Amino acid sequence: MHINIEKVSHQYETKQGMLPVLKDLSLSIKRKGFTAIVGPSGCGKSTITRLVSGLIKPTQGSIFISNKKIISPLSTVGMAFQNPVLLEWRNVIKNIILPLEIVSKNMTYNQKRSNALDLLKLVGLEEFENNLPSELSGGMKQRVSLCRSLVHNPEVLILDEPFAALDAFTKEDLWDVMHKLKKERDFTCILITHDLREAVYLADQVIVLSGRPASLQYDVKTNFNEEKKISDLYSSEVSQLLATLRNQIEIAQNNND
Amino acid sequence: MIRINNFIIPLFSLIIFCLLWELLVWYNNWPNYKMASPSDLWPAFWKFKHLFLIYGWETFWRTVVGLILSVLVGLSLGILMGFSKTIRIGLYPILVGFNAIPKATVVPVIALIFVGMHNMNTIIIVILISFFPICVSISIGLSTLEREYEDILLSLGANKFEIFYKIALPKTLPEFFGALKVSTTLAFIGTNLMEIIEPHGKGLGHLFDSGKISADYPLMFAVLITLAVMGIFLYYIVVYLENIFAGWAIRK
Repeated sequence: MHINIEKVSHQYETKQGMLPVLKDLSLSIKRKGFTAIVGPSGCGKSTITRLVSGLIKPTQGSIFISNKKIISPLSTVGMAFQNPVLLEWRNVIKNIILPLEIVSKNMTYNQKRSNALDLLKLVGLEEFENNLPSELSGGMKQRVSLCRSLVHNPEVLILDEPFAALDAFTKEDLWDVMHKLKKERDFTCILITHDLREAVYLADQVIVLSGRPASLQYDVKTNFNEEKKISDLYSSEVSQLLATLRNQIEIAQNNND
Repeated sequence: MIRINNFIIPLFSLIIFCLLWELLVWYNNWPNYKMASPSDLWPAFWKFKHLFLIYGWETFWRTVVGLILSVLVGLSLGILMGFSKTIRIGLYPILVGFNAIPKATVVPVIALIFVGMHNMNTIIIVILISFFPICVSISIGLSTLEREYEDILLSLGANKFEIFYKIALPKTLPEFFGALKVSTTLAFIGTNLMEIIEPHGKGLGHLFDSGKISADYPLMFAVLITLAVMGIFLYYIVVYLENIFAGWAIRK
């Protein structure tokens, strides 16, 4: 599923009048690609996730998934946020099957459960099937949230800073979980993040947005290695890439307002 | 062990409370027309045990029926106000104003509208006095649902009903039970307002009133204690239901 964002502008109605957040943004994400979007805070990154998932319509321009224009939410999209938003009254497995209850109403419970269990094994939480979310750590909750976003085999996965609230080591664990999921499942991924190392480590394309109203400022491929390892992040090649991105963010911040 | 403690500790505090009460009366040497002591209560109960059974049951079932109906009223209004901002801002002033009116002043009005229909009058007062906390808690719970919760279902093409049924309603249950506990104790106030103010000759409120007329102070205290015990009983039924339906929200 390739995604095309074509000349998209978007503005919100606020008490102070219209607030433009995106201006003439065009970008394309190739099929099965993993694209990270970075930029100064408040530049409209989360708006992109809501536009691509069809939750809101752009004021101008259009978004296409495999050449089909998005006009309403699609069941082929999965989402995960910084807040894992697990349902506290459901155990882990029942949290994960939630999307199937909407998308695949005819599926039997056992089928749903086995789909969910496959993912739980991938993220290493199969023993916690029957635990309640309140019994899990922050990193575990985020793993469950990732499973939920993938259980209905979406073609597009949208991640809105899912690792931002985690400590450094848990974060790195989750990055590797993400690599594993990406290898096992077929999806095109958009990752919104503030962490440049995360962007470079996970994505094969990093996009820097300019300050508000945001448009495309910088677009770079990050295929520095076939199989990325955490230690790669300390190589001179990657350090240089990170420095360039850092520099681009600074330019974007200065252009803000 | 924890289960036993849950029973022993409240019982223990109750015994201490009664002992202190007894001590207070004994120390001040108050006669029982000034302040009855716990030891005066049992004879009062025994003397009127049949009346306590009959009137107690009457008060109890009216309270429970009124409470169930006020849950229905509170839930429906709360759901409407939780989902529609227009309904919410439209109804709030009326509901707040209505709740500010002392219900004792409404009793004669209701009693005049439905003359002689004592059961219905009592139940109406119970509903009027107890629906408000439920209505407010449900409407706040529903209207403050975080956007992400809606987004995970909306992005899959779920409809409003599915979001309500799968997320909003279960997520509001802890608040609902909190409000129901308040409403439970309010409900007894409602029943007794009607029974005491309107002389229909039924329920524990009437027994209290006749105690007042015949200056039988231990009887009046015995009625109050019976009401307290019934209130505690109903409260723990609500706690039991809360454990079943919203046990996930209770910290162990």
